[in-house]
Amino acid sequence: MPMWIEWTIATQFLREDKAQSTLILVGIGVGVAVIVFLTALITGLQGNIIERTLGTQAHIRVQPTEEVNRILAPADGAVQLVLENKRAQRLRSINNWQQVRDVLDTLPQVSAVSPVISGPAFARRGEALESVALIGIDAERYQRIIPIQDDVIAGVFRIGAGDTVIGKQLAADLGLRVGDKLRLDGGQGRDSVVNVAGIFELGVRELDARYVYLDMKQAQALLDLPGAATLIDVTVDDIFSAQQVAARIARLTGLKAESWMDTNAQLMNALRSQSLSTQMISVFVALSVALGIASVLSVSVVQRTREIGILRAMGTTREQMLGVFLVQGALFGLSGSLLGGLAGWGLVGAFNTFGPKLFYIPVDPWLPVAAALLATVTGIVSAAIPARRAAGLDPVAAIRHA
Amino acid sequence: MREHDAAQEVLRLAGLRKSYNVGKPTEVEVLHGLDLRLQRRDFVALVGASGSGKSTLLNLIGLLDQPTDGELFLLGEATRHMDDARRTALRGSAIGFVFQFHHLIQAFNALDNVLMPLMVATGKPSREQVERGRALLAQVGLAGLEQRKPDQLSGGQQQRVAVARALVTRPALLLADEPTGNLDSTSAAEVFALFRKFNREFGCAVLLVTHDGRLSAQCDRTVTLVDGRIDSDTGAAPTA
Repeated sequence: MPMWIEWTIATQFLREDKAQSTLILVGIGVGVAVIVFLTALITGLQGNIIERTLGTQAHIRVQPTEEVNRILAPADGAVQLVLENKRAQRLRSINNWQQVRDVLDTLPQVSAVSPVISGPAFARRGEALESVALIGIDAERYQRIIPIQDDVIAGVFRIGAGDTVIGKQLAADLGLRVGDKLRLDGGQGRDSVVNVAGIFELGVRELDARYVYLDMKQAQALLDLPGAATLIDVTVDDIFSAQQVAARIARLTGLKAESWMDTNAQLMNALRSQSLSTQMISVFVALSVALGIASVLSVSVVQRTREIGILRAMGTTREQMLGVFLVQGALFGLSGSLLGGLAGWGLVGAFNTFGPKLFYIPVDPWLPVAAALLATVTGIVSAAIPARRAAGLDPVAAIRHA
Repeated sequence: MREHDAAQEVLRLAGLRKSYNVGKPTEVEVLHGLDLRLQRRDFVALVGASGSGKSTLLNLIGLLDQPTDGELFLLGEATRHMDDARRTALRGSAIGFVFQFHHLIQAFNALDNVLMPLMVATGKPSREQVERGRALLAQVGLAGLEQRKPDQLSGGQQQRVAVARALVTRPALLLADEPTGNLDSTSAAEVFALFRKFNREFGCAVLLVTHDGRLSAQCDRTVTLVDGRIDSDTGAAPTA
């Protein structure tokens, strides 16, 4: 076995200094546990936030470009003063949305495409009146974007032929149950009575109070936009590539394409800051662990100066002496991180079982492995300075050392 | 065991000099050109007042330090310009050390301490090597105490472990620096007897630094160092 003697001497030294070894192991363990738990917590939290955010919205939303005033160019030499009022953005269809949909279907990073017609309306039952958002969808396509059927708490997800699916809050506000009738008013006398086939709960109050899912045709009729789609929802394979894909779609179609990262810029900013602060904490914890290892081994080199001298007199080479202390550093890092990894794992388990249960922290099995690897390397690096000192000791002076 | 040529020369010093603080205003020469030969089976006492250069000479012979001038031949090999790795290897195989303060490695038991020079050189000891270690411990009268840690042994016992350790590589030269200086007279006599015994059995040359006149009187040959020069070399046999 290579380095057998280095391992043997290193482990005996560690065993001899039991109290010292135990203390530093606990120190390393606490550090690694903090890093593992914190990383798992933040990763889980962020994954959860992103999942919740994206659970109720598409990754990319494609819409018509905004309408702008066209201003007549002034004649040569003339100065023109213009008082411009921004145009009101009326509800418009995407031109040739069927073609756009087919183009988006062919994009490699895109996993689902769903044209939607969406506009405002009133929902009425008896004396109660609520403003709602009509969402006219192609059910099959839409469910690949937002798995709404999983969120249905009563009835079934069925639209078309006068059926609608509404949110839990709206149902409560209007006192509706599955099978009840609901009058939808699109304005200017366009109204129709629909049958509540199902009630969903997305967990976002605004959506649960306002979304009314309809068949596209019925929504088109209510909004007076026959054959129209006002937006196209798109999901992508890699959620963090949404921004690039959105830019590509905008170039390709000339339409406005917004990724979830644009619409949730503040969220992204918060997540990024959170990740950064987590990394900073990890780095400083790792640094103090490394300094702990280095100082323990430095003390050990001083304490063992005479023994190092004797070992050198017996034919131990400088390289072997170096190895003895590097191995000690590696063993500190490895066993401390196994301890800490286990503790961190336990903390995550405790959090999942006894914590506030707001969300579940999944543990990436590679996290403890990566932590152990990193800690071992840290241990070796931390041991470098004391090990070099041990290897460089003059045997004569070392043996005389009291 | 190392085999030697017919001359049976273990050690030869030729005009050996040692200075400290070379090149500085405080430069001082401690050894002023020593010539000395040690043969196999020699049993030599090195005596001298403190400050005469005994320890310096012992460190040079033990390849723990390097001479400033002259040459030191160990088993016929010129050592002054050896690199650290070769010097370390030669030190490990050809020389056994016994120090005044037994100097065992506290973390290891008696047997492992004895085997340490072998383990350092070749790794995990073979069964034959372990047996050799046990036999040596038995020969120094410590059979049954193999698993004891140094702090579970008396001073005399520890020094006997150190003697066994010095001999486990079957070195050509055994260097002992005041090996009995820290022991009561009974233990001292026992340890000295061990040197005698191994000198006879293994044929290794023994160089023993001592203040003790009674001890040096029992050696075959006495080299006296005065102010960094060999003042007298008595009892040197004309032939080995």
